[in-house]
Amino acid sequence: MNAETSSPWKQALNSGLISGVICLLVMLVGLVESFGDTYIISGMITLGEIILLAPVIMLTYTALRSAANSSQRTMVGISAIIGLVSGCIITAFILLCQVVDLRFMFVNASPALFSLLMRGVPLPLGALVPPLTCLIASVVTLGIYLIPSRPRAAVIQGFLWVVVLGTLRDQILIIDVFKIQPFALILTRFVFAQSGLSILGALFVFAISAGLAYYLSGRKNRPAIIRSARVQKRNRIILIAILAVIVLSLPYALGLFYSEILDTTGLFIMMGLGLNIVVGFAGLLDLGYVAFYAIGAYTMGVLTSQLGGLTFWQALPFALVAAWLAGIILGLPVLRMRGDYLAIVTLGFGEIVRLLALSDWLKDNLGGTQGIQQIAQPIIGPLAFNSLQRLYYLILIGILIVAFVAWRLKDSHLGRSWMAIREDEDVAQAMGINLVLTKLLAFSTGALFAGLAGTLGAAKLTSVYPHSMTFIVSINVLVIIIIGGMGSIPGVFVGALVLVGLPRLLSEFQEYQYWFYGLALVAMMLFRPEGLWPEARRKLELHEAEGPIEPPIIETVSTGQ
Amino acid sequence: MSKRLLIIVSIIMISSMVLAACGAKPYECTDKIGCVTVAPTDPLHIAYAMVINGPDATLGIDSRNGAEIAVDDHGGKVLDHAIKFDGEDDGCSAEGGQAVGSKLAADPTIVAILGTSCSSALRVAMPLWSTAGFTVISASNTAPDLTLVGNENNYPGYLRTAHSDVVQGAAAAQFAYEQGFRKAATIHDGSIYAESLQQVFADEFTKLGGTITAQESVAPDQVDMSGVLTSIASGAPEFIYHPIFIAAGTQLILQARQTPGLENVIQMGADGMFSPDVMTGAGDAVEGVYVSSPDFTKFGADYAAKFLPAYQAKFGSAPVSIFHAHAYDAMNMVLACVEKVTVKDSDGTLHIPRQSLRDCMYATKDFKGLTGNLTCTPTGDCADPKIAVYQYHTGEYPPTKVWP
Amino acid sequence: MLKRWRQTLTWTDVVVYAIGVIIGIAVVYGTIRTWQKAEYTPEQWINLTIDGLKLGSIYALIALGYTLVYGILRMINFAHSEVFMAGPFTAVFLAIYLDDIGFYNAQPIISLLLITLLSATVSVTVALLLEKIAYRRLRYAPRLVPLITAIGASFFLQYTFRGFYGADVETYPNLDILKGTLTFGPITIPKTDLFVIVSGFLLMLLLYIIVQRTKIGKAMRSVSEDKEVAALMGIDVDRIIQFTFGLGGASAGIAGIMYAIIYQNVHAFMGFIPGLKAFTAAVLGGIGNVVGAWLGGTLLGLLESLGPNLFLSGMGIPSANQLKDGIAFAILVFILIFRPTGLLGERISKTKA
Repeated sequence: MNAETSSPWKQALNSGLISGVICLLVMLVGLVESFGDTYIISGMITLGEIILLAPVIMLTYTALRSAANSSQRTMVGISAIIGLVSGCIITAFILLCQVVDLRFMFVNASPALFSLLMRGVPLPLGALVPPLTCLIASVVTLGIYLIPSRPRAAVIQGFLWVVVLGTLRDQILIIDVFKIQPFALILTRFVFAQSGLSILGALFVFAISAGLAYYLSGRKNRPAIIRSARVQKRNRIILIAILAVIVLSLPYALGLFYSEILDTTGLFIMMGLGLNIVVGFAGLLDLGYVAFYAIGAYTMGVLTSQLGGLTFWQALPFALVAAWLAGIILGLPVLRMRGDYLAIVTLGFGEIVRLLALSDWLKDNLGGTQGIQQIAQPIIGPLAFNSLQRLYYLILIGILIVAFVAWRLKDSHLGRSWMAIREDEDVAQAMGINLVLTKLLAFSTGALFAGLAGTLGAAKLTSVYPHSMTFIVSINVLVIIIIGGMGSIPGVFVGALVLVGLPRLLSEFQEYQYWFYGLALVAMMLFRPEGLWPEARRKLELHEAEGPIEPPIIETVSTGQ
Repeated sequence: MSKRLLIIVSIIMISSMVLAACGAKPYECTDKIGCVTVAPTDPLHIAYAMVINGPDATLGIDSRNGAEIAVDDHGGKVLDHAIKFDGEDDGCSAEGGQAVGSKLAADPTIVAILGTSCSSALRVAMPLWSTAGFTVISASNTAPDLTLVGNENNYPGYLRTAHSDVVQGAAAAQFAYEQGFRKAATIHDGSIYAESLQQVFADEFTKLGGTITAQESVAPDQVDMSGVLTSIASGAPEFIYHPIFIAAGTQLILQARQTPGLENVIQMGADGMFSPDVMTGAGDAVEGVYVSSPDFTKFGADYAAKFLPAYQAKFGSAPVSIFHAHAYDAMNMVLACVEKVTVKDSDGTLHIPRQSLRDCMYATKDFKGLTGNLTCTPTGDCADPKIAVYQYHTGEYPPTKVWP
Repeated sequence: MLKRWRQTLTWTDVVVYAIGVIIGIAVVYGTIRTWQKAEYTPEQWINLTIDGLKLGSIYALIALGYTLVYGILRMINFAHSEVFMAGPFTAVFLAIYLDDIGFYNAQPIISLLLITLLSATVSVTVALLLEKIAYRRLRYAPRLVPLITAIGASFFLQYTFRGFYGADVETYPNLDILKGTLTFGPITIPKTDLFVIVSGFLLMLLLYIIVQRTKIGKAMRSVSEDKEVAALMGIDVDRIIQFTFGLGGASAGIAGIMYAIIYQNVHAFMGFIPGLKAFTAAVLGGIGNVVGAWLGGTLLGLLESLGPNLFLSGMGIPSANQLKDGIAFAILVFILIFRPTGLLGERISKTKA
């Protein structure tokens, strides 16, 4: 980027205009009104207002950052301009809508929205409210910007936690652990109000989270204490033990609702680990991954429901073999295809499987539109895995197996062959790697993992419908491994928790879930393409274009996994 | 009278007061499942599980609106407690059903659930809700197996005010046969609802003596119908029954006229196509198209006189789907039974015994609802189904009733 | 010669060719059986063919956007389906307004021009915004990164427009002058279809001329060939890339109006499937060249329209039309087995990105 030579005022004006337009966009999409009654701090500020002011805050912040060397007066000026311009754009739109009712086109340009924007103040006085609120937002941002960096990070953390907890009020109160008295009493009467946090609660949360953040950031600056290897090992074991206890007690600590979310997330983790092998290790872009899940689920369904009569465990090997074979069958025609063609063909494969499952042609065997019901659930001796909480453990074991296999494969000869193919097929072939075998193994291993997830998914729902096997699911899995970090195994866990667990938690956002999804994807790719928990090698690759990197003195690769 | 008498009387009075206070024993819940206790200042929690997001959202939103009108008609209160009516999206799918099922099952403050919108969601959610003791009443589940005696998908605690597919499909077949059609074809859109309906139609039509020339299907968002229409045309049907939804339905109406062999064929949809959007979407081609739906003319006089104006006033438009009145009746049934079985303490605390609530619901007889006289069977079918057939004419909405 | 084959052919080649041959035999067998059964009249076949051509025109115009962008940037612009949707979904409100004031059918040609102009403008704007915000910074990133960005942008745009205009389907009012059919001998063709086929063809011709015969087209082709050298030759690469996106966007916006004329209903998710089919068409024809897009689109349209009735039902599959979408992909696999670069071959840069 060349150095900006235009005056800071012009830039501020520019930012203000952009911010105003983004505010308009957010308004018209309907976010502000939908969340206009979700209070963060009861009676004071709603989530809708925060969303509306978010563009103003972000653009003010970036503008201040790029004008970091200017005088204080300029900074005040910049923030004021951005705030006022954004607010004026909003007001201008409101006034426009008084003249022309735009609702035949923009369904959200309603009087209810406007009164929300003007905080209930009627026109003509109300017209001053948006510029005022935006101005306040930008000035507050300026204030935060001027705080020295350590307390600033703490303050920002404090605000974020207030927003998060205020939004998640309902979800927190459902947690079984928090239903125990006296917890429940404190939470429902003191910290939270009917909607969102109470004012006292908000101050409390802010104080604790900002304080904690400040304290922790202080500790980082102290010199690290070197501990002996034995002590380190002991600490690590203690940590793993604590983690294991937490993980194993989750379904019963958190309750039925969270168990369902954990189960679904677990299945996606399994699929993610599988696709990670195909896309992350071997670099083969598979957009039809849901087909293997479907094959696993349907095989289990067909064999255990009336049509077959086997038990879960009897049918499991058949389902796994079926998925594995499917991987090979998919792999064969696409062996010669290059990158993006491969993507389209695999997408087609996914669609074909779904169409076949839906079709009337195969209705007698596969159930057609009505799907297959009464699928058996796993039984070990006297223990039937027929509740969401119990299935969690089975899924957990599945994940551990799959993750272990993936981890070992990664550093094996096969794993390195995959990575070689990912980098450059021709060179890999020249080095003696059998392309055919390697690619087929990638597809089939990935398919196997998805098939396993499919069988457990079928048991979880005790039914399987073709309508669940859509392209969106393949995209979901792809996005999980991309956001988590391509080729990174811990990344799959992070990605699944963020992209599957979080939206389920925030079900109020459901209407806008994919909107946020899309936004998050674009933002991630622009600013952090290596994912949230990157594989070290990938990170180096992706930031290659940003200039030479000093050779790493300590190889982080071996410990990063 | 001396001091002594005064002391004795005071002691007697005080002790009787104390005894009265202690003697007001706290309510003991003897209900088989358990009781919901509502504190004096807390609201009574009734939840909904309907499809309120996504392409089928009009179905769930409309039902929820109908129930909200019922709440308003009660003044927003029952037994001096406010009614808290909130809920979740059921996604109209098994996954959605499991999600909403687990979420609501975890909330012990819920007394009853209105939902789900879609049968596929209910099958997965109901085991969870049945175990949790809730009373569940649906305004739009139409799958027959949900209230079939002995069927695996029939769980205690479930009722519905909506008709079953068996009724609507059979009515359509009867209509077609009575109109003189002997050769019919069906088209479904891959949804469980449409596929089930067209199968009932096909079976009933064949039983009456007609022949089904083809049973085809399209995708719900498909726009190019020429292939499927040409294929149907080769069987020369006189009547096409497509119980699908608006998007694909309007395309079929538009394109059937242009398909050689089908220029004069009569088309019929089901309640999914009872909507002003069909009229605007199909334009002139909609002339003569039939559609089946619950018989709105048989709804009580209150429907047109009170319910519709209230709906328009509260939500700014006419109802957008067809199960709003069923939801209204469902909510009223729940509130009526709540009033009947609840034990109210002198301080205002409510104790609602769950099994008694269920028993009361199943015992509903001749309940005067908007949709008719509702009497519940032991498996939960409460509907008083009257299906009518309407016919569209260009530019007119709603379509006019032609049968029975 | 056999010996040379023996040396270059591997087992996988044999298996893969066998798969291709099986698909081919299935198609031929199904076709022959259908001819034998003679279920359909010639009139119906003609009807299906015209339908296929009309579909093909729309696919071809959308495919142009994919193929040009891929040629220049080596990336699948997944969000192009939303570029296609944005135009007609916005222009529908103008159409409804014009219809309300009676202008629509009083001056149909001017109305159509206005609507097309609006649609193209909106689509171009969306395309340019996409390029500037989402793609420009990622030009040299590994292949998957812009693809994921495109997928994210696609979702974002779908839901943004759904938020703006509502989740309902909007309908284009009928144009009286396009009502009815025309008859040429044994062929009866609806006026809308004829309009779409003819204008689609003319438009493709226009675009072909732009790409092949104008100066800016030459610049486009040279940037496709090799970005760095083109920059050395004094071509403003950024400008040309913007122009390419704009051209693809305009063509998609116009395709959107054609789609609207035929199918009349528009909504926020209308772009997904046509976008997918159009990309398949682009690959089928050979990505990177305009004629390939046209050929692929037309071929795909015909196959989709004729396919189920032609060979699937002949193979004895009941309710064959359900699998219509699967045919497109099966044919794609078939073509890519025997001709991996598409029918007309690719015209893209040899060097990566």
